[in-house]
Amino acid sequence: MTDVSYLPATAPPPKAGPHGLPPSAAGSAATRSAAGETRANAAPAATTPTLEDPTGGRRSRGTRLSAPGWIRRLTGPAVLFAVWWAVTGTGLVGGRVLASPLAVARAFGDLAGDGELWNNLSVSLVRVGWGVLFGVAAGLVLAVLAGFFRAGEHIVDSSMNFLRTIPIIALLPLIIVWIGIGESAKIFLISAGVVFPVYMNTFAGIRGVDVKLVEAGRTFGLGRLGLIRRVIIPGALPGFLIGLRWSLGVAWLLLVFAEQVNTDRGIGYLLTSAQGWNRTDIIILCLVIYGLLGLLCDGIVRVLEGSLLSWRRGFSGT
Amino acid sequence: MATRLQRYLSPPAPTSAQDEAGQAAGPTGLASLTGHTGPAGPAGGDTDGVAVRVRGLRRSFGERVVLDGLDLTIAAGEFVALLGRSGSGKSTLLRILGGFDTGIEGDVLAATRRSVVFQEARLLPWTRALGNVTLGLPGKDVAARGRVALAEVGLADRERAWPVTLSGGEAQRVALARALVREPDLVMLDEPFGALDALTRIRMHALLQELCRRHRPAVLFVTHDVDEAILLADRVLVLADGRLSLDVPVGVASPRLRSDPAFAVLRSRLLAELGVDDVAEGAR
Ligand SMILES: Nc1ncnc2c1ncn2[C@@H]1O[C@H](COP(=O)(O)OP(=O)(O)OP(=O)(O)O)[C@@H](O)[C@H]1O
Ligand SMILES: [Mg+2]
Repeated sequence: MTDVSYLPATAPPPKAGPHGLPPSAAGSAATRSAAGETRANAAPAATTPTLEDPTGGRRSRGTRLSAPGWIRRLTGPAVLFAVWWAVTGTGLVGGRVLASPLAVARAFGDLAGDGELWNNLSVSLVRVGWGVLFGVAAGLVLAVLAGFFRAGEHIVDSSMNFLRTIPIIALLPLIIVWIGIGESAKIFLISAGVVFPVYMNTFAGIRGVDVKLVEAGRTFGLGRLGLIRRVIIPGALPGFLIGLRWSLGVAWLLLVFAEQVNTDRGIGYLLTSAQGWNRTDIIILCLVIYGLLGLLCDGIVRVLEGSLLSWRRGFSGT
Repeated sequence: MATRLQRYLSPPAPTSAQDEAGQAAGPTGLASLTGHTGPAGPAGGDTDGVAVRVRGLRRSFGERVVLDGLDLTIAAGEFVALLGRSGSGKSTLLRILGGFDTGIEGDVLAATRRSVVFQEARLLPWTRALGNVTLGLPGKDVAARGRVALAEVGLADRERAWPVTLSGGEAQRVALARALVREPDLVMLDEPFGALDALTRIRMHALLQELCRRHRPAVLFVTHDVDEAILLADRVLVLADGRLSLDVPVGVASPRLRSDPAFAVLRSRLLAELGVDDVAEGAR
């Protein structure tokens, strides 16, 4: 409410400096009115804001028709498959360079029919299984030692960081000298590769547990074991799962290397011999099998994450 | 007071048997947080009916001295509010009484059965609301006791909620339930209601008073809100320059009304002590 009617129409407009109040402000009604007038003049009119829908039209409808998650996750591979089919089907790429899906399917039928594929696959799976098991166990033990105990950190962490920089493949000659070329050497190689991602991520997970939560746990009567079980392990779990997923990738990679050294069974062996026979259909078949196994492992870790980390409500992409 | 003190290493003993409800806590078990004196109480100091006894407490972070020769005694069952400007060391004092801070000088004794409501709720994110309330709770019927405590703070229907899905106020109420379910001799609250809306705040005041009336724990209540301190406390302390610059009983007759002249007098006094211009504050 600004009463300006007392001002003669000819009165000069009040000065609108940065501090537009007249210095003589003594609290009289007139001065206050003048001050109000000044402010009214000095303040720019409110601009009309532009309005927008804050969601930008990205409304999530509860009842939106959508395929289950695993179908949506298969979209990418399906697109790849379609491109492959198109490229080989139109004769853009010759069959000797890249076998067509049909040829690969035929190779699959042949190899599956006489049981050779299943033999090789099971041998590879057993190698990866043991390798991951030993590697994850060792990585966890080391991470717990380094994470919980000062002395453990000094001894373990620096060694692990040093060893981590050595390319695992470069260990192969040494492994052959140590434990020969048998199954144990292959499992050892895979374990050695799996240890590091599990160790690094679990250690970081343990150290990332909020000390305030540890304090709170202690206040409410948790002992050392209770703290580990209720606070530290759940807190380190996200890190461990990242390490696990990463380590499964490493395991398949190392399997290929391990199975190229003096083997007569395994997917890697099949791959190497197919190269010798110039059979791109079998080579592609092996690659597809690797891909599917990778996808399977990813799915397993995903399911684990879903059930173990249901308490999280993280950003899940737009 | 430059004694080299032993460190407080063992975690606080878990609260065990429940008190007879409605009875004022008797001689409180005091734990020495410095290991300087036995839990039976220091020689020459009468600790009967005392929940907190601090003598010459000093805490510094590098050059910066936060607590400097602080003395404080809280009787069993007494409700004490602690005021102080931001950064004056209120949370530091609570951390020391909680047993988390070992870099201290001076004698500190606090009830063995104590619990804390932190400035932030500090719920375990991977544990549901009920599990957070019963965390580390010994004895039988733990879940049932937890449910009762959750119901008391008005969250009976949220026992299976994950902490990330709770609002700030709800999380703080879970934290309050977690502290009270242990029926402690000493409850320390660090600005527990700062995040609550005004209506919930009033309900929480009533709830806290009700629970204190029933179980009679000693309470150390840290707040920024002078009115809240006067409404709830038997005694108000002001922390400034590392010690208690003011320690006054609240002589306002209950029910305490803001319109009571005694209320206004105490309010002005506390605000002046905190360095707030009462008139400007009142004109708001
Ligand atoms: N671990 C620490 N290291 C260094 N300085 C610290 C540490 N903890 C607290 N301080 C300092 O001690 C002082 C008191 O902190 P404190 O948290 O006790 O304040 P407060 O009274 O609780 O303040 P507020 O009301 O804002 O919560 C602050 O200046 C803070 O910076
Ligand atoms: Mg604080």
